[in-house]
Amino acid sequence: MRPSDFPPPFRFTEAIAAPSDPEDERIEVGVAIVGAGPAGLACAIRLGQLLEGAPAVAERLGEVPVAVIEKGKQAGSHLLSGAVVNPRALQRLFAGRRRLDEMPFYGPVDQESVYFLTRNRAVRIPTPPTMKNHGNRVASLSELGRWLAGEAEEAGALLLPETAATKLLVDHGRVRGIRTGDKGRGRNGEELPNFEPGSDVVARLTVLAEGTQGHLTSAAIEQFGLEAENPQVWALGVKEVWRVAKPLRRVIHTLGWPLRPGARYREFGGSFIYPMGDDMLTLGMVVGLDYRDVELSVHDLLQELKTHPLVRKLLDDGERIAWGAKTIPEGGLLSLPKRLHAPGLLLCGDGPGFVNVPALKGIHYAIETGSLAAEAAFAALQRGEAVGRPGALASYDEAVRQSFVWRDLEQVRNMRQAFGRGFWVGGALAGAMTASRGKFPPGDARTEPDADQELIRTDRARNYPAPDGKLVFDKLSSVFLSGNKTRDDAPSHICVQTAVPPEVAELWTRMCPAQVYEPRDGGVEVTASNCVQCGAITAKGGRLTPAEGGSGPEYTLT
Amino acid sequence: MSTLVFLEHHEGDLQKDSLGVLGKAAQLGGDVAALIAGSGVEALAAQAGRFGAVKVYLADDPALEAPLPQPRVDVTADLVRRHGFETVLFGATVLTADVAAGLAARLDAGLNWDLIDLTEEDGKLIGKRPALDDTVYVDVGWKGEPRIALVRTGTFDPVESGGQAEIEQLEVRLEDFSTRAKMIEQAHEESEGPSIEDAEVIVAGGRGLGGPENFGLVEELAKALGGAVASTRAVVDAGWYPYATQVGQTGKTVSPRLYIAVGISGAVQHKVGMQGSNMIVAINKDPNAPIFEYADLGVVGDLNEIVPKLTELVRQRRAA
Amino acid sequence: MKIAVCVKVVPEQARRIDPETKRLDRSGEQTLNPFDANAVEEALRLKGDEAEAEVVLVSLGPERSLDALRKALAMGADRVVLVSDETAAGSDLVASSYALARALEREDPDLVLFGQQASDSDGAVMWAAVADRLRRPLISQVAELTVSGGTLRGKRQTEFGYDVIEASLPAVVAVSDAINVPRYPSLKGIMGAKKKPQETVSLADLGVEAERAGETGSRTEVYAVGEPPPRGETQRIEDDGSGAEKIVAFLVERKAL
Repeated sequence: MRPSDFPPPFRFTEAIAAPSDPEDERIEVGVAIVGAGPAGLACAIRLGQLLEGAPAVAERLGEVPVAVIEKGKQAGSHLLSGAVVNPRALQRLFAGRRRLDEMPFYGPVDQESVYFLTRNRAVRIPTPPTMKNHGNRVASLSELGRWLAGEAEEAGALLLPETAATKLLVDHGRVRGIRTGDKGRGRNGEELPNFEPGSDVVARLTVLAEGTQGHLTSAAIEQFGLEAENPQVWALGVKEVWRVAKPLRRVIHTLGWPLRPGARYREFGGSFIYPMGDDMLTLGMVVGLDYRDVELSVHDLLQELKTHPLVRKLLDDGERIAWGAKTIPEGGLLSLPKRLHAPGLLLCGDGPGFVNVPALKGIHYAIETGSLAAEAAFAALQRGEAVGRPGALASYDEAVRQSFVWRDLEQVRNMRQAFGRGFWVGGALAGAMTASRGKFPPGDARTEPDADQELIRTDRARNYPAPDGKLVFDKLSSVFLSGNKTRDDAPSHICVQTAVPPEVAELWTRMCPAQVYEPRDGGVEVTASNCVQCGAITAKGGRLTPAEGGSGPEYTLT
Repeated sequence: MSTLVFLEHHEGDLQKDSLGVLGKAAQLGGDVAALIAGSGVEALAAQAGRFGAVKVYLADDPALEAPLPQPRVDVTADLVRRHGFETVLFGATVLTADVAAGLAARLDAGLNWDLIDLTEEDGKLIGKRPALDDTVYVDVGWKGEPRIALVRTGTFDPVESGGQAEIEQLEVRLEDFSTRAKMIEQAHEESEGPSIEDAEVIVAGGRGLGGPENFGLVEELAKALGGAVASTRAVVDAGWYPYATQVGQTGKTVSPRLYIAVGISGAVQHKVGMQGSNMIVAINKDPNAPIFEYADLGVVGDLNEIVPKLTELVRQRRAA
Repeated sequence: MKIAVCVKVVPEQARRIDPETKRLDRSGEQTLNPFDANAVEEALRLKGDEAEAEVVLVSLGPERSLDALRKALAMGADRVVLVSDETAAGSDLVASSYALARALEREDPDLVLFGQQASDSDGAVMWAAVADRLRRPLISQVAELTVSGGTLRGKRQTEFGYDVIEASLPAVVAVSDAINVPRYPSLKGIMGAKKKPQETVSLADLGVEAERAGETGSRTEVYAVGEPPPRGETQRIEDDGSGAEKIVAFLVERKAL
């Protein structure tokens, strides 16, 4: 049995529409950027910089030249990552304007260690070359997002938080903008007293920077036939931030326990533990969603990890102060859409999937592709070109292929797939790939959709530790800590078949870090208000669609 | 210390809560006087004496018949100015909150509210109040006099000391603006019981009830105890009970004297709505339910057996 | 008709008390007090389509409150008057109500609206203090409000049910959160908010003397912040048939029965 045997009742065309508001009610902006994450904000900032020096072009973009549309409560509310950031893209973006020490980082990475864990031991192993972090900076992506949002506003962008982009406006083969989501609907879709319909936001150019599981991004890929060779695959990352008594002075990554190395389990991933200044640290568990065991719960694996002597010691006398979860696209180069543009449209960041899996890096690619998108857009606008004309934005693809983003991803393009053969074989292959800079083994490995994996059952759940409210926590406490206050009577934004067999019900129940799913007679029950919009369900047989603007987690430190 | 306690009354009886505050004032010592404002309220004065007042001031005037705040501000301010009371105490209600705040503005005097305790230390009066969803306690004080305080509902119990108070009738002088609000229709009945925000006792039902029909058990117990019925998010989501009764992060926050949780697991989303309750009793068949970590009394067992029996025992006790 | 809505900007998240100042830590993201949204909504309803009616927001707070106040402008309010002054920091009810009353006198509205309570101090007291200073009739806890020909009628929620109270304008009304469901600002509203007049005034502009503001002008103080007494151990029993009796005994012992 596979989750893909029970596909969600969703067709991508539901996310595509022509503009429908009367002309005088449409909101007009110059460039509409969807997503106030690193990619979207970098695009907004770069555009602002370029428009500053070209007032004639700015004028052509109208009263609101650049608008950034964000579904979270504020910029950063839905941002989550480790993170250790390679500063090169930020340095290029802010060259001559801001120094690295003005950006909200928690310090450079001085020391790092990689461990292979067993239940009770930690064996130090040499840091694989792909994981070297010298020169990189520890950051909270949520904080970085808030800072970038401030910079974007200073550069002239209009930020529109609490606004979900639910449809891509397409007319005569051209992207015309986006439609925002309704607010104030009840559980069954009925209009409540304060119902406010969404609006058409019409723009000359639309940039989709939605991040992982981008709703409009995947619709656009299908609409314009941009599908990659390989289907996209994802990992689920669950993390916590702790206030600690003793400062952590190095960046730690672990492999091995609590994941199982056998090929049949397909448990690819590991953990990270990063210092955040002197009195905080963050730790997280990242696991590929191609896992097979219905009893696997990444949330609970993180809880289990904390009981390891190495980790427990770091958290001694500490207090958990933040929690969150989010998926990461892991398909790499071969899962990128075959073109990153369409008439009137550009794609950047985690949406298309610019992530270097072995290095666990994606933020600087998001910033770089966002900046390149801005540059390509500006160039076309300056030439007086209609960006809706097919090919007008081809220079963006060119620029991305010439950049370090492409070079890096090409070298590691097969690495993730190698681990489908189990930890040991995968490790050996990965070593070979690194040594040969991606030339060996030759060719391009395939991926299979995560939802196509055959399910198995072991009794993995037996070992999950019981919550104690101090070191180990239950899912509902975690959801509470994410700041999630989604209203209970909002319509469910989760699209799944609910009449599924018990194996699938259990798979989703354990998979979801926010306890959205629960098995019930004849299928699964969905409590959408718990959802922290991580996107795991989309990978494993369902579909996450944008919730009401402003709902979901309110991350600040993740 | 000279203290004035504002006594509220309803349909011929002094309110239990006010009397509790009166008892506390008596316990703190000094001269304790009470103020009763209304129309035809002379009979209430004797009651005040039995519960701790040494002197009772009556502001008895048809203009004070309706329970409106602003005329009461006039009467109280007048009295406080004339007699120089150092402290003025109110048991918090919808009415007294407005009176106390109006009084604070009238006299430019400090007002602390939501107090759950009052103590005297080195001649200073110190109030204790919860804050931040009852997660911290703050010690508060006053600068200058009079010191005005609103005490959280249900904090102090009346103490019948059986004394007799001296009664003084006040001349009632009202400002023009105070009488511009007029009562057209006054609320008389308590509806089917107190609302959950005002209730001193709450019985809450959760998913463990199994179905909407079992809410009857909860309602019966609430009725026997004279309390209100509350529910959880899970139960409201399932359509078993109305949202107005939901307690928790996305519902109401309550702080009754007694909270009985029936079939409620007690996840943090629910806890934050009721953690200020004075006493928490939990009945659940799951020994690992989180509610057992913070309840004062946790009973692991079948609610279908325990609740009806409990209701019967409560009825018997109350009838006796 | 001119309607003034008194609104407060409060910290958005994880609230904590600053151990040094013993006051609420007001750093971090700010938001419109959720209960004030009901008051803004009611004002907008009363204004309706009347071109001459005006809804002005009056608030006491630091300059950065303007960001959060724009949300109320986005809902449809016409302008903001923010009383922003360093000397006002640490003002309690006495000091704040004085400053607010002066700001309201300057506007001279027909109707002043307040929301149910402030989410940061859980106080339900500001309107009564302000009404007294303005010498205007007050109706509080209003769950339903109508205005016609200079007279207000409010349905007031009390512990005993609903009173119906009438008062003539000018008046002060505090609405309960049951009165309406605040509208979501439309995108057009959000984009137009920045252009609406946002005036900042100082205490001096209002004629508020320095000694009546801030901590000097306050009549209450905070001595200490601590943790609530621990609840104590959970008394735990397994029901063996006598569970109900044990509960009764517990309640009797604690004087709850």
